[in-house]
Amino acid sequence: MKVLVAIKRVIDHNVRVRIREDHSDVDLTHAKMAMNPFCEIALEEAVRLKEQGIADEVVAVSIGDKSVQEQLRTALALGADRALHVSSDTAVDSLGAARVLAEVVRRETPGLVLLGKQSIDSDNSQTGPMLAALTQMPQATFASSISIEGDRLEVTREIDGGLETLAMSLPAVVTTDLRLNEPRYAKLPAIMKAKKRPIESLEIDTLGIDVTPRQTLLRVEIPRERQAGVRVDSVDELIDRLKNEAKVI
Amino acid sequence: MSDTRILVIAEQEKGHLSSATARVLDAASQLGGSIDVLVAGSQASEAAQQAARLTGVSGVISVEDSAFDHMLAENVSALITSLAEPYTHLLCASTTSGRNVMPRVAALLGVGQISDVIAIESADTFVRPIYAGSVLATVRSLDVKKVITIRPTAFEPVGEQSAASVSSADSTGDQGMVTFVEEQLANGERPELGGARVIISGGRGLGSAENFRLIEGVADRLGAAVGASRAAVDAGYVPNDLQVGQTGKMVAPELYIAAGISGAVQHLAGMKDSKVIVAINSDEEAPIFQVADYGLVADLFQALPELERKL
Repeated sequence: MKVLVAIKRVIDHNVRVRIREDHSDVDLTHAKMAMNPFCEIALEEAVRLKEQGIADEVVAVSIGDKSVQEQLRTALALGADRALHVSSDTAVDSLGAARVLAEVVRRETPGLVLLGKQSIDSDNSQTGPMLAALTQMPQATFASSISIEGDRLEVTREIDGGLETLAMSLPAVVTTDLRLNEPRYAKLPAIMKAKKRPIESLEIDTLGIDVTPRQTLLRVEIPRERQAGVRVDSVDELIDRLKNEAKVI
Repeated sequence: MSDTRILVIAEQEKGHLSSATARVLDAASQLGGSIDVLVAGSQASEAAQQAARLTGVSGVISVEDSAFDHMLAENVSALITSLAEPYTHLLCASTTSGRNVMPRVAALLGVGQISDVIAIESADTFVRPIYAGSVLATVRSLDVKKVITIRPTAFEPVGEQSAASVSSADSTGDQGMVTFVEEQLANGERPELGGARVIISGGRGLGSAENFRLIEGVADRLGAAVGASRAAVDAGYVPNDLQVGQTGKMVAPELYIAAGISGAVQHLAGMKDSKVIVAINSDEEAPIFQVADYGLVADLFQALPELERKL
């Protein structure tokens, strides 16, 4: 079985994001970039499926300008067999990404598509279910455990009230939550080797897909920070203030 | 826009309408126009009666079919798209169900989706948090049909009205793509984190699973929901469905008490919109104090039992 893993290049999760002075957008100039953490989990799961003998090929795909090749090389170093760069000079939104990935699915016919549950920049949590809809595949979002037997997939999902387990047939789309696994680090020899590996390339314009953004960003702002209040000296004072000042108990 | 027609997709379980519905209706009413509510699943007609009494609702569509239990995305999205034609806006709470179903609906309709809206500027312009809430983005949708998830805690629940009419619609049935196997839900003795008026959360400072009883003791006195920081979950003190934060639940109760929680950015992202925040921590340098309205520097093992006794 072939596993397709979609990967997004985003700001490193340790970097505090800034906005431009004119509030037109966030300012990513000189910001350290990395593979989206939920995509790392998706890739790790794919590599583990291969190690278990369930998958025989792991294909990593990313959409964007030339810079995303850096994350594709990371994917190769982490265990992906092939890397596919869908080249686009402009950013695509969730629906655009899902449409591109649907075309890649049509060409590659994977048995399983793994994506992060969301990217830590736009926080949309949309591309996985959109891809499932466009390819008429079943979906399991927010996965915290996956088991595959033959063409039957069982996924435990993190839902608001606890956990839920669904069963479906492959091919399917799964989006990964935080607790699915702990991604490994790439080893230096693998990183060196990945530098020389080929990356397949596909021009987005040649796919015949409408990727016009569905939204315009009007402005961004930093939310007002909460101010520290008062220190209380005792449990009695705390109860008194909550009752008589804040009136919340 | 007088021709605005909104369909709110409500969640229900065993005939009980989700409490988020009344908050999504607040967002819907800010869009202007008429509002219908869709309720689907076993015992949908009971939940439909509850939806009909919420202020602003013009009509309720009830589809009683177990295919829609557990909000299975494949089945529910087929139903929603079959009903979508007359509507300009499709709204759902940004719960795990809403975030699972609505992107699928949007793609089936060939439109984009706007996730986790916290403010309505106009019928096509919305504010939503990005970068884990460290930036707020104002976006304009260019689609004729707007598929939106609403963060319930950013809106107030609407009141009650005399009941609107309830109609039924044809079920699109089971699409045969997914089977529900089982669910493990946290026991329902205490209120759910999402809808609780008061929440008390414990962190690494509790030191063990047994010591979480101190949190539960105070929670029972206050009728509060129990939450936890990621550190407490990762240390195995409590199950992960209690986690409040960027990767757990986003909450905004009237009173949030953080006990033994240092206040990592990831936790603050999940609770900083609470009305009143109390921090109890033995470390007076803990960052949680910077967002707390009331801070008490104290030993948890004395302060929590005392709080329980005196409340």
